[in-house]
Amino acid sequence: MGSFTDSLLLAWEMATRWDPVLWQVVGLSLQVSGTATLIGAMLGLVAGAGLAVVQFPGHRLVVALLNTMLALPSVVVGLVVYLLLSRTGPLGSWGILFTPTAMVVAQSVLVVPVVTALTRQLVADAAQGNGEQLRSLGAGRPAVAALLLVHERWALLTILLTAFGRAVSEVGAVMVVGGNIAGVTRVMTTTIALETSKGDLPLALALGIVLLGVVALINLAIAGLQWLQREQESGRSQPQDTARAAEGGAAS
Amino acid sequence: MNSATDQAPLISLRGATVRFGVHTVLHGLDFDVHRGERIALLGANGSGKTTLLRLLHGQLSHAGSRRVLLDGQGREPSQAMLFQRPFLLRLSVWWNLMLALWLAGVPSAQRAPRARLALERVNLSAHAQRPARVLSGGQQQRLALARAWAVRPQLLFLDEPTASLDPSAKRDVEALIAEFAEEGMTVLMSTHNLGQAKRLASRVVYLEAGRLIVDRPTQAFFTERLPEPAAQFLSGERA
Repeated sequence: MGSFTDSLLLAWEMATRWDPVLWQVVGLSLQVSGTATLIGAMLGLVAGAGLAVVQFPGHRLVVALLNTMLALPSVVVGLVVYLLLSRTGPLGSWGILFTPTAMVVAQSVLVVPVVTALTRQLVADAAQGNGEQLRSLGAGRPAVAALLLVHERWALLTILLTAFGRAVSEVGAVMVVGGNIAGVTRVMTTTIALETSKGDLPLALALGIVLLGVVALINLAIAGLQWLQREQESGRSQPQDTARAAEGGAAS
Repeated sequence: MNSATDQAPLISLRGATVRFGVHTVLHGLDFDVHRGERIALLGANGSGKTTLLRLLHGQLSHAGSRRVLLDGQGREPSQAMLFQRPFLLRLSVWWNLMLALWLAGVPSAQRAPRARLALERVNLSAHAQRPARVLSGGQQQRLALARAWAVRPQLLFLDEPTASLDPSAKRDVEALIAEFAEEGMTVLMSTHNLGQAKRLASRVVYLEAGRLIVDRPTQAFFTERLPEPAAQFLSGERA
């Protein structure tokens, strides 16, 4: 209990005294995972929405594979990306192994299936019943997919947050392809792993608390956006009389 | 007979059969829709009214033939369908209309004036910037009607358009449908409301278990002797 309190105090101290090493690690974590989530969003939203509205032979198999990839072990992804990017690998000429770019690549591989699978489910549910109405208005499949993405944009934020959470909290992939080089590829999770192995548990725990705090802040921001949207949608509060009067005004 | 029937039908079904899995929902229907008609489809729940509307609208795969009268340039008549529970995007009233016009291929310069006109038409101008999904049920149905009307369809399909509305909203929506029909729009609607069929339709069709049992002008439907199942429906013995 004492060491937990110590860790809390240490976390608070590190955060408030603006420790440059800590914030460099936090900044790189956010940058790498944020970029991976952005790439995951660009690819995953399109692929997921497409899979939701297009049927083709083998569709079920693709969906089953996609859902299986939700449980992809991050260290395996790290290993595969490492083999691809290593000097003797097919993409070795890029020379990006042990750089933040390699970490972005690895985390993107982890995140794309998450965004794709959850988006597919979301859009498929929305399309059930509503897709026909959009088609009746003249929408082709790409338009149905695009409109349902717009329609479900607030739920998509939660999906992106889930994807970001998956990226920022994983350690295996970034450790393998980044190498945990101080000042270059060291992120929060790899630092926590390192400090734990060195036996500096209070520091490791403090970093863990900072990591949780950062994710909590992002979560709060998105929850705030969703609350605003609900408030806007509960604008039903406009009294019926006022609405009628407004209609009368418009008609006159 | 209606003078409209002298012309070639806008839509013609011959031996149209619709199956959902192992269930046959419509059995070999022959059915014509002529320009300017106002057709009410009556029947108990599950009789095939909505399926027939969706089939006529071209939304269902089927056996048999569905022929559509093409204009001089080979185009199908423009169509719109109003569903019992209209799907409105989580956007403002205005953007719901603008997107419908975009989907219908209306040139961009014409979209805003048409959207404004449609909102005036259904008396929703004051609500243009409100989120569409916060409107009351009646207002949502009027917005859906505006969305359908804005694309100037020659054929308007209505699936129980007033089923879940209060009496006042029901009157508003009925009045709009009557106005659209007066403008020359061909209207097909499914309904459980016999009074509505009497007020709005020029022709009434009774369906039972996916089969067309009665197809008469409205006056004849409500005054002449009907086959037993339809007579029972009218007397309230079949819901």
